[in-house]
Order: sequence, then structure tokens, then C-alpha cells
Amino acid sequence: MSTDSTNTGHLEEFSYNDRITKWFVGATMLWGCVALLLGVIIAFQLAYWKFNLGLEWTTFGRLRPLHTNAAIFAFIGNAIFAGIYYSTERLCKTRMFSDTLGWLHFWGWQLIIVAAAISLPLGLTTGKEYAELEWPIDISIAVIWVIFAINFFGTLVKRREKHIYVALWFYIATILTVAVLHIVNSISLPVSLMKSYPIYAGVQDALVQWWYGHNAVAFFLTTPFLGLMYYFIPKAAKRPVYSYRLSIIHFWSLVFIYIWAGPHHLLYSSVPDWVQTVGMTFSIILWMPSWGGMINGLLTLRGVWDKVRTEPVLKFMATAVTFYGMATFEGPLLSIKSVNYLGHFTDWIVGHVHAGTIGWNYMMTAGMLYFLVPKLWKTHLFSKKLANLQFWTATIGLVLYMMSMWAAGITQGLMWRAVDASGRLVYPNFIETVVKIVPMYWVRAFGGVLVLLGFFIMVYNLVKTIQFANKNNKDQAEDVYAAPPLSAAKEEHGASAHRKLEGLPMLFSVLTLLAVLVGGIVEIAPSLLSDKFVEKAPHIKPYTGLELAGRDIYIKEGCYVCHSQQVRPTPSEKLRYGDPSTAAESVYDHPFQWGSRRIGPDLARVGGKYNDMWHFRHMINPRDVTPKSIMPNYGWLTKNKTNFKVIQKKLKVMKALGVPYTDEQIANAFNDAQMQAEKITKGLTEHGVPMKMQSKEIIPLIAYLQRLGMDSANAKKAIEEGQE
Amino acid sequence: MNIIYFLLPLALLLGGMFVAFFIWATKSGQYDDLETPAQRILFDDDRNIK
Ligand code: HEC
Repeated sequence: MSTDSTNTGHLEEFSYNDRITKWFVGATMLWGCVALLLGVIIAFQLAYWKFNLGLEWTTFGRLRPLHTNAAIFAFIGNAIFAGIYYSTERLCKTRMFSDTLGWLHFWGWQLIIVAAAISLPLGLTTGKEYAELEWPIDISIAVIWVIFAINFFGTLVKRREKHIYVALWFYIATILTVAVLHIVNSISLPVSLMKSYPIYAGVQDALVQWWYGHNAVAFFLTTPFLGLMYYFIPKAAKRPVYSYRLSIIHFWSLVFIYIWAGPHHLLYSSVPDWVQTVGMTFSIILWMPSWGGMINGLLTLRGVWDKVRTEPVLKFMATAVTFYGMATFEGPLLSIKSVNYLGHFTDWIVGHVHAGTIGWNYMMTAGMLYFLVPKLWKTHLFSKKLANLQFWTATIGLVLYMMSMWAAGITQGLMWRAVDASGRLVYPNFIETVVKIVPMYWVRAFGGVLVLLGFFIMVYNLVKTIQFANKNNKDQAEDVYAAPPLSAAKEEHGASAHRKLEGLPMLFSVLTLLAVLVGGIVEIAPSLLSDKFVEKAPHIKPYTGLELAGRDIYIKEGCYVCHSQQVRPTPSEKLRYGDPSTAAESVYDHPFQWGSRRIGPDLARVGGKYNDMWHFRHMINPRDVTPKSIMPNYGWLTKNKTNFKVIQKKLKVMKALGVPYTDEQIANAFNDAQMQAEKITKGLTEHGVPMKMQSKEIIPLIAYLQRLGMDSANAKKAIEEGQE
Repeated sequence: MNIIYFLLPLALLLGGMFVAFFIWATKSGQYDDLETPAQRILFDDDRNIK
């Protein structure tokens, strides 16, 4: 091939747009600090509740989504963009398709992050994990992602290198799949500018959400980084990947298997058994390609292990790949139903996630930045010693994190299910299982501090490197390269036309995908809205307007990050919480609130368990009724006014989504809600609560909590009474 | 559960698209040579000509 191109003798000159890469690198450093700092703050909040600061905007329920969004989309997102732009231009031997699109991508993404950073603490959230951002921001994300996709595929089309290197395949899979996931999971009907309800409810919402949630891990945190691994490790080690053939197999097997594994987040839930089994099976199969990739990455370093000791880039990347191997071993393990029953809802999962995000993503990002910054600014790293220091602080911090979460998760999991010889729970008081693991929360928080410190050290090191370069290295102009055009070998005339053809299959596929997606949604939406469960369980009724308002407060405060609403079908869960949850019970739940973690107890059947006054006192200060509770105070709920006027609109939107509210209910929404609030408040006045409380947010929240599980409980009671 | 009828075809569609990509890649000779591409990336960006 190379002889062909020298025959034609025609070389094209070009340069790379490294300025945009530099900005993405800067954004990665900035948002990395923010995301990790937030992580440390919420870690301390679980260790000691006073770190919630008693402010609306800083409680765990609101900051935890901010942390996850900042870590995934701001920190890791910007790192991905930096790495993809840098490597794609070089692998394609061309400048990015459009500088303008590149800048739009950069600034658009940063604006989205700022919007998230403002809206999430304000409680403007959809209540769907890892997809909390409200609809206007969701639309912006879709637009910016499409801009990124055009810029990326445009670059591929005008490439000067015929072969599409394996890293590029990983990027292609990332860009296409994330677009589909984001769009499908975010479809919702707005109530107002910053409030919407997803079109899916209950089981359906759960399936869509975890199909998204799992694949967000797969295609946002894994595939792009595998692409980066296949580019940066060979580059830094100065030797080709161990087996290119294996890397191709790795890619194709991964993209085919990953998409099916989502239901492993819903084991023992009211999702049908066969769906759970499919999810479990594919998760276990996933182990194979994952380890193939890990082995390929590590074996690339054969013969240069001495460099791993001395070169920060390789040291971080080798460690990252090792943690990738660990996390992808743990994942399939946790998908086995019996293991999952122990680990699910506990901190084990939190530890598992961080083995991935800190061990794999943070370490890869650090390695990549240590590679990129000296290259981009044409200089040397300021200090290898500091890089080593970061390596050790981060690694020790991460190990503390993982160990403490394993210990906490397994301890709590075992305590929850411990049943004595007489068939009773050994730890009937949930709080016992919380108090037990609080020391582990301190260890985790300390580990987190080390990880954060490591990051600060890196940022200092890199900023110093850049400052040095800017002062001493005046030549920061773009380098110019030359390469023969892709089509020169085949035909000299009409070369550009041919190059366009070369890209057609790609463009065509993307357009087809988008078309089918839009068509599919339009077609499928009506059938989704009329779910057949409605007839099957007539005793399940929609929430009243006031309860719905309370539910939205539950979502706004992020109660779902600490509380599940899904009783699993096992003896110990039945003893602790009552009958297993059924699919019918959440049929009107837009969005579903099954949760993924039980920092506090399950709430699916909390209705009627306590009286209204208990909840009133508990919300103001949980330690009043449950000593040693780690739940935050929610004092402002007794001060913030309920927005009664918007309730009617909410019922209307719910009705449009298929919830069977009558016209009468909608017409009287305002008055009905007022009356229900008055009734609840009257009951509270007997204990000295002032009547003016009826207009405050705490009342609808209590109404909602007292409704949870009641339809089934009442139906059961009616049947029992009928039999007597 | 109707959602399954949407998610399954969608997953199949994504899978099918990747199959198409795979066939295209193989047919157009992307995988004829699995040695040099791995080597080549090591040399591509050191050619500043000015
Ligand atoms: C930081 C995690 C956390 C958050 C956030 C949180 N809780 Fe809790 N919650 C707990 C813990 C721990 C307990 C158990 C101890 C206790 O009773 O306070 C609990 C207990 C409860 C209980 C009693 C359940 C029972 O069966 O005894 C209710 C009701 C409750 N929380 C409601 C809420 C609501 C409503 C919100 C949101 C406004 C919320 N919680 C937010 C941690 C949390």
C-alpha cells in the first residue's frame, strides 16, 4: 500500500486541532476536582449526619445525584472527549471534521454541566438514577451529542488511513449506543419548565431505566476507555498491542453481549423471571470478552514492565487495566442470583462501582493526562515524584474504599436476612444494621479523601507543567503533517467523490438508526401507555392529587437514593417488610421509585406502619424517634409552601400518560387536595401542631408515605374479613 | 411488560447494525491484515514537516 502512495507522489498537508483537546483536558481537571470533592462530602454525610448542614440544597439526597452526574458526565465525559479527539485525528491522519462543531461541542457540554450543577441542588430532578436531569437539559444533551457524532463521523469519512483502528470501533459503538440509550430513557411529558413525568411507569420504567443504567456503564464508562486503552497503552509503551486479532474479537463480542445484561439490576424484583434469567446469563458470559480485553492490555506491556515502574503513564494504565479486570470479575459474580440477593441494596454495590470508576476510569484518565499534557504543550512532566505520590495516595485510598464497602455490604446483607431458630429476625430494628456499618463509612470517607488528594496533586503537577511550557516554550504553533489522501492509490481523478463513497455505509447506518428509532417510538408509545396490568389489579388506585404532590417532594428530596420501594420475595424480607412487591403495585408510578440502595429501610409498605405524628417528628429530626439515625433533618418541609395550583396540571399530564383519573377528579383537584391536607393537619393539631401547617410541604409528603402499600393491604384485609 | 416488545427489537436493531458494520468491515478488507495496523499507529504522529 505504501508503495502505491509513493507512486502517485501526491501528499496532502494537514494539522491537528489540539487546542480543543487542550480545553477538554482543562475541563477534565476542573470537573474532576468538583466531582471527587462532592463524593468526599457525601461520604462524610453518611458517616455523620450533621455534614448534611441542615440546608435544603446540601442534603445527601440532592448531592448524591450531583456527585454521580459530575463524576460520570463532567469528569469522565470530558476525559473521553479529550482522548477521542486526540486519538481519532491521529488515527485518521486528518484534522477534525469541523473546528466550529468541536467548539460547539466543548462549550455546549460545559453549559450542560453548569445547568446540572444548578438544577440538581435545587431539587429539579426526574428521580431516575443517573438520568436525573430534567427535560430541557436532556434535550440539550441530545443536541450536543449529535453535534459530537457529526464531528466524529465526519472525521472518519475524511480520514487518510484506510484501516479503521480498533480504538475507533470502540468510539463508534460508544457514540451510537449512548445516543439511543439517552433518547429512549429520557422521553417524558413536561408538567412545567423544569418538571416532567417519564412516559413509562413501574415495571416498564424499571426495565428502561436499568437497560439505560447498565449500558451507560457499558458504553460511557467502559467502551470509550477500552478504545483509549488500545490507543494510549501501545503509544506509551512504544509497542503494538499484544494481539490485534484478540482486540477485534474483544470489540465485537463485547458490543453484542453488553446490551442484554441490564436486568441483572432487577433480580428478585417484580420483573418477570425469564427477563431476570436472560440478564443474569448474559452478565456471566460478559466475563469472557472483558477478561480477553484485560489480558490483551496487560500483555501489551510484556517486555516493558521496568517502564511500568518508572513511567507514570504506564503505571497508571497498567493499574487501571488490573482494576478493570477486578471489576469485570465482580460484576458477573454479583449477577448470580444468590450472590445478588446478599449484595443488592448494600454498600457492596457501591464498592463495586468505585472499583470501576476510580480503579478503571480515574486511573486511566490520570495516565492519559500524564501522556497528553506534555505532548500537547510540547514539554516534559514537571515532576515524576509527584505523579508517583498521586499513584500511591489514590491506590491506597481506593483499596480502603473497596475494603470498607465490602465489609459494610456483606455485614449489612447478612444482618438483614439473619433469622433465628424460632423463625424471627435476629435484627428486627433496621437501625441496628445501620449503626453497625457507620465505622466503615468513616474508613470509606478517609479513603475518598486520599483519592481526592491524589487528584489535587496531579492537577498541581499538570498546571506546573503547562505553566513551564507556556513560559519557556514559545513555539506552540500547530505542527504540520503530510500524508497521501485515502483514494490516491486507486484513482487520481474524482478522488474526493470516491472518498465520500467510502464513508457512505457509516453515514447511512446512522441515519437508518435514527429514523427507525424515531419511528419505533412514535409507533410504540400508544401501546406503552395502555398497560394491560390495569385490569388485572383493580384494587390498585391512582394517587390522590395531594399524594402525587407528596410523591414529587419525595423525588425532589432524593429519598430514593437512601430508600428502596421493592420488597423481594424471600422469607426474611417478608418478615421485615411484608408481602413481596407486585408489578401491579407500581403501575401508576411515573417514574418508578424502586431504588437501588437501602441506606434506610424499604418503604414499599410503610403506609399505616406509624401514625402521622410519628412521620411529622421523624421528618423534622429523625433522631427524635429513632436514636442514632443517619437520615438528614428535613426541617424546611414545615416552612416551604405546597404548590396546590399545579396539582391539577399534574393530574392532567398523568391522565395523558394513561393513569385513569376521572374528569371530575381533575376538575376538583385543587379542592380535593386542600381538603385532604386539612384532614391530616387536623389530626396533627391534637399533638400541638398549628393548623397553618396545612399549607406546608410536609403534609403531602406524609399523605404519600401513608399511602404506600395501602391498596394491597386494604384489599387483603377485605378478603380476610369476607372469609370470616 | 409491553416495554419488552420495544426493548428487544431495539437491542436486536443495535445488534443488527453492528452485524452490518462487521460485514462491511470484513468485506471492505478492514481485517485482511491484522499485523501492520497495530504497528502503524506507533509511527503516525512524528512527522512534522515544517
Ligand atoms: C441519608 C440517607 C437517607 C435519606 C436521604 C432519607 N432517609 Fe429516610 N431513613 C434513613 C435511615 C438510615 C432510616 C432508619 C432510621 C430512622 O428511622 O430514621 C430512615 C427511615 C425512614 C423512615 C422510617 C421507615 C421505617 O419503616 O421505619 C421513613 C418513613 C423515611 N426514612 C422517609 C424518608 C423520606 C420521606 C426521605 C426524603 C425526604 C428520606 N427518608 C430520606 C436514611 C435516609
